[in-house]
Amino acid sequence: MGLSKLDNLYRQVILDHSEHPHHHGQLADATNDIEMRNPTCGDVLELQVQLDGDTIKDIAFGGSGCTISQASASMMTDAVLNKSVTQAENMVEVFSELIVGDKPVDSSILGDAAVLEGVKQFPARIKCATLAWKALHKALNSEDHTAEIGDLHAHAPKEDESHDRN
Amino acid sequence: MVKQLKTIKTDFPILDQKVNDEQLVYLDNAATTQKPKAVVEALDHYYYHDNANVHRGVHTLAERATEQFENAREKTAAFINAPSKRNILFTRGTTQSLNWIAASYGEQNIKAGDEIVISYMEHHSNLVPWQQLALRKHATLKYIGMHDDGTLDMAQAKELITDKTKIVSIAHVSNVLGVVNPLKALAALAHEHGAIMVGDGAQSVPHMPVDVQDLDVDFYAFSGHKMLGPTGIGGLYGKEALLNAMPPIEFGGEMIDFVDLYESSWKELPWKFEAGTPDISGAIGMGAAIDYLEAIGLDQVQKHEQAIVDYVLPKLLAIDDLEVYGPQDPSKHTGVIAFNLKGLHPHDLATALDMEGVAVRAGHHCAQPLMKYLSVPATARASFYLYNDFNDADRLVDAIKAAKEFFKNGAI
Repeated sequence: MGLSKLDNLYRQVILDHSEHPHHHGQLADATNDIEMRNPTCGDVLELQVQLDGDTIKDIAFGGSGCTISQASASMMTDAVLNKSVTQAENMVEVFSELIVGDKPVDSSILGDAAVLEGVKQFPARIKCATLAWKALHKALNSEDHTAEIGDLHAHAPKEDESHDRN
Repeated sequence: MVKQLKTIKTDFPILDQKVNDEQLVYLDNAATTQKPKAVVEALDHYYYHDNANVHRGVHTLAERATEQFENAREKTAAFINAPSKRNILFTRGTTQSLNWIAASYGEQNIKAGDEIVISYMEHHSNLVPWQQLALRKHATLKYIGMHDDGTLDMAQAKELITDKTKIVSIAHVSNVLGVVNPLKALAALAHEHGAIMVGDGAQSVPHMPVDVQDLDVDFYAFSGHKMLGPTGIGGLYGKEALLNAMPPIEFGGEMIDFVDLYESSWKELPWKFEAGTPDISGAIGMGAAIDYLEAIGLDQVQKHEQAIVDYVLPKLLAIDDLEVYGPQDPSKHTGVIAFNLKGLHPHDLATALDMEGVAVRAGHHCAQPLMKYLSVPATARASFYLYNDFNDADRLVDAIKAAKEFFKNGAI
């Protein structure tokens, strides 16, 4: 098979987002922020959201991770900017269904992120794609809207079977 | 290459398969090793013919199970040249072995102000138990650093190990840098200052002859599944006087001598630490793995792996943009080789290698403080074992080159 199958995972738009991530950095006036880790591989994602009433007025992320996790975070921030919390939460659900579910969904609302559907064929990489979306969900639902450290295992053990423990 | 090892792959049916339409090359042996038919058959035979609980019951099956279980302990003792089977406790593996030392010896002997010395290259299993013990006891945890080539800084070790030191615990072989640490010298240094020496043998026992008496370590921990045995079984070697003075960590069946309403007494070594029904089949499987390894000879295994490292390390170093961690001199590097392709996250590299049928690990290798020390978030890691050959090494090198090409040119 060789590397041809990799084209399904590393689409050009994914490589572009990873290399030049959108909304990468920090917000001065964040209302919600969270740091999430993938404890099995060391990926760290810092996500900041600035809510204006019910609207995501600004969003930014930092941290380190692989191509897929960085691209997914970049795409997620594009998708949810200027959306309401309800719309953003709906996108989180649609994205999760797209990547790990078995029901057909309308992924057009996700923008570029819809292209991450190809990750489905690479089960070991699913958690890379979902990290940013889980972080958003947690950031929007954290009670005190302040720095909270979460990890994928505590959050959603079902999808996070480790592929690289020692 | 060692002659006997040329045809060894046929003993490992799992290796004869295609992954992503390519012949599998399994290079994740530092995580766990594959099992030869002899080990799987030993498990089968035990469950089909001899299964019973051990150390109880007078019936024939119970006697057979007990004999095989204790025979596995004898084999394990001989394998690392322990003086007696009383020195060998069966555990779930290296992690549990190290936790037992911290929970029993550590709990009993560490006081506020005492010092525990480990290194920056320790696996989490030889770090977190000591860190937590230090926190509980208000003791101080100290870390020995490395030279630029990843070898342990013994000059710093001499500064850090003092009369305040009570425990020194170091990996015999690093699971990331592939270096062999001078455990014998460290043990001598620890003993000079009245400290005990603990060796983490997870990556050494499977790959080289180990003699715990020659090393003069006080405790030594290892895992069955990293040396061709089943998961769920491992060993803890301890000097008899230390084990005798230590309290059991778990209580219950199997480990008691006499139970009264308000007090109990324990069995003698090694059983006083093994509460409850043990992993009988696991121990028997590990015994079969030891038989298999001894038939080849650990010196031969070591020679074979060294030949592969001598062959593959220069090829890896010759790839532009590939950073290899640990010593660049093959004679100082064991078959555990961690690397990164510049500009590419190791997960992306590992996925690409998997598409080429080459199984490697990517991540922090349960060594987050080491990753921080190396200033990398994670690395890829190939780790060889006795069933790997030069062809496997070539496949790794070719797959890395193909991945480099793929990501350089971009995808569709």
